[in-house]
Amino acid sequence: MQLTLWTYEGPPHIGAMRIATAMRGLHYVLHAPQGDTYADLLFTMIERRDTRPPVTYTTFQARDLGSDTAEIFKTAVADAYERFRPQAMIVGASCTAELIQDDPGGLAKALALPIPVIPLELPAYQKKENWGASETFYRLVRALAGSTAEVTPREGRRPLCNILGPTALGFRHRDDLVEIEKLLAALGIDVNVIAPSGASPADLGRLGAADFNVVLYPEVARAAAQHLLKTFGQPMVETVPIGVQATIRFVEEVAKLAGVDPAPVLAGAPSRLPWYSRSVDSTYLTGKRVFIFGDATHALAAARVAATELGFKVVGLGTYTREFAREVRAEAALHGIEATITDDYLDVEAAIQGCQAELVLGTQMERHIAKRLGIPCAVISSPIHVQDFPARHSPQMGFEGANVLFDTWVHPLMMGLEEHLLGMFREDVEFHDGVAPSHLGGGERAPQPEPIRIEPTPVAETPSTPAFVWDPSAEKELKKIPFFVRGKARANTERFARERNLAVVTVETLYDAKSHFGR
Amino acid sequence: MNAHAPIPALDPGCAVDIRQERGQRAVFCGLTGIVWLHRKIQDAFFLVVGSRTCAHLIQSAAGVMIFAEPRFATAIIDERDLAGLADMNEELDRVTRRLIERRPDIRLLFLVGSCPSEVIKLDLSRAAQRLSQSFHPDVRVLSYSGSGIETTFTQGEDACLAALVPEMPREATDAAASLLVVGALADVVEDQFSRLFAELGIETVRFLPARRAGDMPAVGPNTRILLAQPFLADTARALEARGATRLPAPFPLGAEGTTAWLKAAADAFGIAPDHFDAVTAPGRARASRALDPYRAMLRDKRVFFFPDSQLEIPLARFLSREMGAALIEVGTPYLHRGHLAPELALLPPGTQVVEGQSLDAQMDRARAARPDLTVCGLGLANPFEAEGLATKWSIELLFTPIQGYDQAGDLAELFARPLNRRTRLEV
Repeated sequence: MQLTLWTYEGPPHIGAMRIATAMRGLHYVLHAPQGDTYADLLFTMIERRDTRPPVTYTTFQARDLGSDTAEIFKTAVADAYERFRPQAMIVGASCTAELIQDDPGGLAKALALPIPVIPLELPAYQKKENWGASETFYRLVRALAGSTAEVTPREGRRPLCNILGPTALGFRHRDDLVEIEKLLAALGIDVNVIAPSGASPADLGRLGAADFNVVLYPEVARAAAQHLLKTFGQPMVETVPIGVQATIRFVEEVAKLAGVDPAPVLAGAPSRLPWYSRSVDSTYLTGKRVFIFGDATHALAAARVAATELGFKVVGLGTYTREFAREVRAEAALHGIEATITDDYLDVEAAIQGCQAELVLGTQMERHIAKRLGIPCAVISSPIHVQDFPARHSPQMGFEGANVLFDTWVHPLMMGLEEHLLGMFREDVEFHDGVAPSHLGGGERAPQPEPIRIEPTPVAETPSTPAFVWDPSAEKELKKIPFFVRGKARANTERFARERNLAVVTVETLYDAKSHFGR
Repeated sequence: MNAHAPIPALDPGCAVDIRQERGQRAVFCGLTGIVWLHRKIQDAFFLVVGSRTCAHLIQSAAGVMIFAEPRFATAIIDERDLAGLADMNEELDRVTRRLIERRPDIRLLFLVGSCPSEVIKLDLSRAAQRLSQSFHPDVRVLSYSGSGIETTFTQGEDACLAALVPEMPREATDAAASLLVVGALADVVEDQFSRLFAELGIETVRFLPARRAGDMPAVGPNTRILLAQPFLADTARALEARGATRLPAPFPLGAEGTTAWLKAAADAFGIAPDHFDAVTAPGRARASRALDPYRAMLRDKRVFFFPDSQLEIPLARFLSREMGAALIEVGTPYLHRGHLAPELALLPPGTQVVEGQSLDAQMDRARAARPDLTVCGLGLANPFEAEGLATKWSIELLFTPIQGYDQAGDLAELFARPLNRRTRLEV
């Protein structure tokens, strides 16, 4: 049993719903208790879709458990087929239905419907949403893509690729897709099938006709792309084009596979991020301590952009995607830190408290933590809420995506002048430590003055730390340090004192530590 | 059990047409009640024992608010737990201990059962007893089920309040008659009712749930209970089992409902009719004034209710009698014929009431009828809007102060707003 204040991913059947809802002509019959239809709201409210998801739930109740729930399921499948006439169907169970073991696959097969019916085995007590999406997409591709492909010879035609990965309820999938299609068009590459988003089961039957695959979201589409590689020999591009450098690499790799020249696309200044980041206004961003958490794809990309394109210092990096733990660990090692691989919200909270970040780049869940600790925060990854399905064009990928990243990440920080003046004059009635940056409304900060004190879940690395006595004058002097670096200053000073066995921290100790550690 | 409160016989001349329907249901489970209950009882914490689906449900519903310290969480059952029950109780104790250590301000902890915990028959009531003993006297631990297989949406509140009933202090047998108002109400509404009852001269008035865990009201044979919500079947039964008497009344929605509801209490406490009229007159006048502007907008509008919260029948009664709307169909997830009898008697003759749901069939009926206003859940609202039907999302009726005289106008406005909006938008 795991204590979960917030969960980073839904159960795996939500992943299956994301695939079904993204596609056309596919219906999903889900054996689930009354109430599990809440999942419809994810699509109709959070993503604001204008149709119901193509999902029929059996919505059994307690009184049905005494009778034949298998019969209820069979009726639901038959009725759904009659009503919606889909090209193909997927069937499966939610967590509760998994416990009553009705075998949706076998029951649906017994109905002998004249369409492909693909059973899903999604172990709800073991796996999660992204795995569910990946598995569902893989099963669909395996069942529907066939094993032979009609590929026309390359001579005399433009290169042809599939775009794999965008789903319903994906973080900025809608706009990322626009950017990628724009890049491919500029390179002179045609798109064969985009899947699952907008694809029908029949479209999946045409996947084999492409020359190669572009995998935008490995969490969802890597398994399917590997199947296509094995079956049709289609190579895949797995570089995720988030950030300027990653986009350049992506363009080069795609151009190489397609045999086209990337130079025209990369010419000029396709993104504003490099200039914005070099302009002197951004100098104060140098070395800002940032904690990054999200799905592996977005966390990895964010770490690179933060460090090499914005000049931040990455002081924490982690993911809830265990499948990509190795990549994230390797990236963390480059920043001289240890990766936080966990799906436990409390572990993430402890990690953020432990590293005295000045900015958190995370998910909707990190916004809760950042609020508690009074740290600025921007969202870079699912899970997300309604405000992160914006009306305006706001991709993460491609050159325009990089522009969006610059604006989004810098926005929650206090601006340079304000930060300077705050460091100089501490007793202003309007601009002081206790208020948020003035462009964010200047409301009261969360009442958590010293983000460094780790009480609730002690981190292992602090063995029997002696309680420090802070000289009152030193305590007062510490208050003069701007709040966003004060936690770090306190930690450094205490470490300095500990290493030298000083019993009392004085003003002198504070400045000795400062000269020792630098900022 | 209902001996004190005979069910009023339905007037055969104005009987409504009650039908039952079974099939796919698009409703919330009882866990959703946590979303408002955790705000009402300020030092309570709700720990769902369930699956990742349950955790996902609650955070999808409530997670748009950014919480520094959320007052609900889920103990997610995993594969190891499913292997053996004894082990699972230890796990639950460990998880609960970690929670209490992290949140020493919690005074009342609800273990909330879910579909998975009910299906595998995890005994949460025993776990609650065990944990209550181990945390005594700092934290009281209770349990109830909010599972989808047993409860629909607001029935979660019913189950929660019913779990509180055994915790309520015993009222002295020789105590003067007291009034207990049952059902979570907005704080502002609760305060208004308190003032009204005081003016009427009813001396002891208490509310369940109280705003703090330690302040739960007393109950005994001299307690008269007035249900403020129509979905409190189990809670009423539990209170009656402790000797309290339920006062049958319509629910306090709209001016008429509020007057009849207050009147039921006034009659039970022997308040003189003149005095009752004098005390309620200003409220009735204000409500009438507040409703006037909306009557023109809602008159003759054809309304279709999908089942959601059991508030549908009182709301339909308010819309038809006070606002002049026409009712096409009134869906309700569950119909307690005893508690709703005074409401059913007020519905126009022949009103189509449907208990239960078969979603696709019901959507077909709504599409065929082309209502002027469809009251439905958020899973259906946007899709219906896209089909050109004006909708009112029903969940808002649980999150908005709608009871009493001074909210009657707000209640009408909730229904008028989508219609008003459609006339404004030119895009």
